[in-house]
Amino acid sequence: MTDATANTMKVKLKIKRFDPAESGGKTWWQDYEVDVHPDSTVLDSLIEVREQNDGTLALRCACRASICGSCGMKVNGSAKLVCKTRVVDVAPNGEQLTIEPMGNQHVVRDLVVSLDTFFSQINRVEPYLQPSFVPESGEYTASNESMENLLTGMNCIMCGCCVSDCTVLEVDANFIGPAALAKAWRFTEDPRDSKRDERLKNLNDEDGGMWDCTRCMKCVEVCPKGVAPMDRIMELREAAIEAGNTNTSGYHHTESFYNSVKKHGRLDETRLAIDSAGWTNIPRLLDLAPIGIAAMRKGKLPPVFPHKAEDNKKVKDLYERVEDAD
Amino acid sequence: MYEHDVLIIGGGLAGLRAAVEVTRAGADVAVISKVHPVRSHSNAAQGGINAPLTDRGEDWKGHAFDTIKGSDFLADQDAVEVMSSEAGEAVLELERMGVIFSRDENGKLGTRAFGGQKEARTYFVGAITGSAILHVLFEQSLKLGLNVYEEWFVTKLIIEDGACRGVVSIDLKTGEMHTIKAKAVIIAAGGAGRVFEPSTNALICTGDGLSLAYRAGVPLMDMEMIQYHPTTLARTGILMSEAARGEGGYLLNSSGERFMQKVAPEYMELASRDVVSRAEQTEIDEGRGVDGNVLLDLRHLGREYIEAKLGYLQEVSVEFLGIDMAEQPVPVQPGMHYIMGGIKTNIDGETVVPGLYAAGECANVSVHGANRLGANSLLDTVVFGRRSGAHAVEYIKTVGDHSKSEEDIKSEKARIQALLDRPKGERVATVRNDMARGMTKGIGVFRDQASMEGALENLVNVKSRMDGFSVENKGKVFNTDLMFALELEFMVDCAEAVVAGALTRKESRGAHYRTDITERDDENWLKHTLMYKDETAENGVRVETSDVTITQWEPIKRVY
Ligand SMILES: Cc1cc2nc3c(=O)[nH]c(=O)nc-3n(C[C@H](O)[C@H](O)[C@H](O)COP(=O)(O)OP(=O)(O)OC[C@H]3O[C@@H](n4cnc5c(N)ncnc54)[C@H](O)[C@@H]3O)c2cc1C
Ligand code: SF4
Ligand code: SF4
Ligand code: FES
Repeated sequence: MTDATANTMKVKLKIKRFDPAESGGKTWWQDYEVDVHPDSTVLDSLIEVREQNDGTLALRCACRASICGSCGMKVNGSAKLVCKTRVVDVAPNGEQLTIEPMGNQHVVRDLVVSLDTFFSQINRVEPYLQPSFVPESGEYTASNESMENLLTGMNCIMCGCCVSDCTVLEVDANFIGPAALAKAWRFTEDPRDSKRDERLKNLNDEDGGMWDCTRCMKCVEVCPKGVAPMDRIMELREAAIEAGNTNTSGYHHTESFYNSVKKHGRLDETRLAIDSAGWTNIPRLLDLAPIGIAAMRKGKLPPVFPHKAEDNKKVKDLYERVEDAD
Repeated sequence: MYEHDVLIIGGGLAGLRAAVEVTRAGADVAVISKVHPVRSHSNAAQGGINAPLTDRGEDWKGHAFDTIKGSDFLADQDAVEVMSSEAGEAVLELERMGVIFSRDENGKLGTRAFGGQKEARTYFVGAITGSAILHVLFEQSLKLGLNVYEEWFVTKLIIEDGACRGVVSIDLKTGEMHTIKAKAVIIAAGGAGRVFEPSTNALICTGDGLSLAYRAGVPLMDMEMIQYHPTTLARTGILMSEAARGEGGYLLNSSGERFMQKVAPEYMELASRDVVSRAEQTEIDEGRGVDGNVLLDLRHLGREYIEAKLGYLQEVSVEFLGIDMAEQPVPVQPGMHYIMGGIKTNIDGETVVPGLYAAGECANVSVHGANRLGANSLLDTVVFGRRSGAHAVEYIKTVGDHSKSEEDIKSEKARIQALLDRPKGERVATVRNDMARGMTKGIGVFRDQASMEGALENLVNVKSRMDGFSVENKGKVFNTDLMFALELEFMVDCAEAVVAGALTRKESRGAHYRTDITERDDENWLKHTLMYKDETAENGVRVETSDVTITQWEPIKRVY
């Protein structure tokens, strides 16, 4: 699409390559420089590389309009849809852009990651409407507000950006992940679905379920479609508590402490507060949780998002060594 | 060894709807798709899906007539009758599967207005209708445990004793080639927008399905009918849905005049797409444009309304051009959007080759004729996707064992190896761009004998370079470079059929508007053009014609 006569802009890219053909695979960084139209997106630049420079570069893209969900990758360390990212916004002064495949998913080649991780997470939430009856004819009656409410979830294009940057998934592959939980929310909120209680109970009880999120905000930051998975997770938690899901086996103070430190190398105090209120102490929790969450979402409380200790990996290794020694 | 009763090429709306139907009938079915199903281009549909809801007393004939008038009387009326009369149930069924269609105050489905139609009968989900429906059909496929060969690329149909018996394909993740045998194959491989540049279509819309059928001896019908959408975003070519006008948006020229007044005083901005695109192009050509564009103005709708009803459009406008539509009009221009032409089928999706079906944008039933109404394509995909699936289930009962032959995979392996072994030559992208720009130039909103001959000349040049390009990537895993080369070959077939159809039709009808013959000619041209691949014919195409089916609506002059 570049017009040689129009004014162009130089884009400098440093791309992480991976070739699985070499024994065990070979990873390297490669620099490229291309001339594109000044309004170009990062995707336009990558296509220019692929088409005019290096046909071996592999990446996925299709719609060029932030709707198909193909083009998630890391730009300067954080996951983005590159078709929606204009070069001037990420490299205003012609800085070199660092492009890598998304995180927390297995790399197939160059910027292409396997879709298995993402879709197996989605599959865990029985991601389809389960109504109690199907009308013989016509449609379900539902208010427009209740349908518009679901748009937030339906806007998800399954790009995987949130999964890529989720800090819990980094250390706990069993976590169901932000996109799957947002998908689950889309069904628990749907007035036509009859499995709300079961869904909430499963996500409440399940290992790696809704309580594993540490509210690090990353998914909200990187989601290109305003799904704000963490907010959906908080709503799931509220709903789970409201539905009476408090009597589960685990989640006592110690476990919570253990898990939190293992995952973050630091304590998640809010989570600890809720956990140690005791899972049978329903009135107390009902008092605490929604208020705290609502206040936090409105920014009224200083956020208590757990930030990972610098050397998270060391903490995790430490735990694993202790566990192994058992 | 891979074997199924029914194999469906394509995981978009047509393909998934067909797959649901076959699964429900208890047959063994698989979908093969070069991208993950939710990446299919159906996700890009914004505005909505049309349906007269007969269960509440709407008359489907109103929709049928609007469709036929929109088609400039080139649609086959028996096919339109099927589509319009089955539309209501098709859309209601999508709702029952889980689509979150917008509602009215009684909690029933609510509508928005769309172009070329007397009544508002377009059902929608914000400005993400296609995505919302595709994701729900994908959910259903998970529920049903559908087999999906995802990121597998079909290179050839297997035809034995005149019937279709499967496909040859490449698993992109490993680079290995495989035969998948089937008793029936449904092509639901989408459109061919990338034959043109620019286009609103995704980079994957390369006409593979059309070419696969064409190479197997099936005619492509009315390929000259290319829809230019009136509102594509300046420079990027990204679509700004017709919903923008359906919700009340204006089109303005450089002096702020609503120029549609001059050509469609009754329908104004909501006249049929071909009519609006020509009006815009005329403004631009006669110097009343704004840097080669006209303006789409939504300011009077107010920010709240824009964000609630047209959120995705606002997002695109801000992200790609930095324009807030509540404050400023956006520059738009006509852009290649849809191909009305396609694989000739009957109302059950059958082609002339037994066991081979087609549905969706790649097929031509024909319900869109010379100009498709907005929001009729999604309808086409689900109605004829379902019908193809249902018919294929019956057909396979008449077929014996799977084919045993390994001929096709051998020859395909050799062909592809030869492509990889070529000495360094031109880049695929260079050849593709030359082809696509030439097509837009010659077969545009307006065309004439000279421009179409120019397109042909350009195409002849492109074809002469098809042995000279090379594939740089020799690796196996995710070799998209190889895929782009194979796609280019598919696109050139489509381009060939488009140009042949355009040069054949000596009249103006719908999207085929010739400035040298400006009138519709029902006496001689109330006909379909049929393009057959034929190496012995001039330019490799043999063109035949066939009559249009008229049931109850005699052609009248088209005024909006
Ligand atoms: C921007 C945009 C907006 C639109 N808005 C509307 C609208 O509001 N209303 C409306 O009615 N219509 C709209 N349309 C048109 C409509 O979206 C499409 O015509 C329709 O969705 C096509 O669906 P399909 O199932 O036929 O094909 P697609 O959804 O394109 O699916 C094609 C499938 O075939 C597969 N495939 C292709 N080639 C191969 C191969 N070689 N091997 C394996 N698999 C292959 C692909 O992977 C894909 O899964 C719009 C179109 C565009 C471009
Ligand atoms: S907020 Fe929760 S789900 Fe989102 S990225 Fe952080 S840990 Fe993951
Ligand atoms: S929630 Fe957002 S980031 Fe995550 S997959 Fe969906 S669209 Fe992508
Ligand atoms: S290319 Fe489709 S989301 Fe970026």
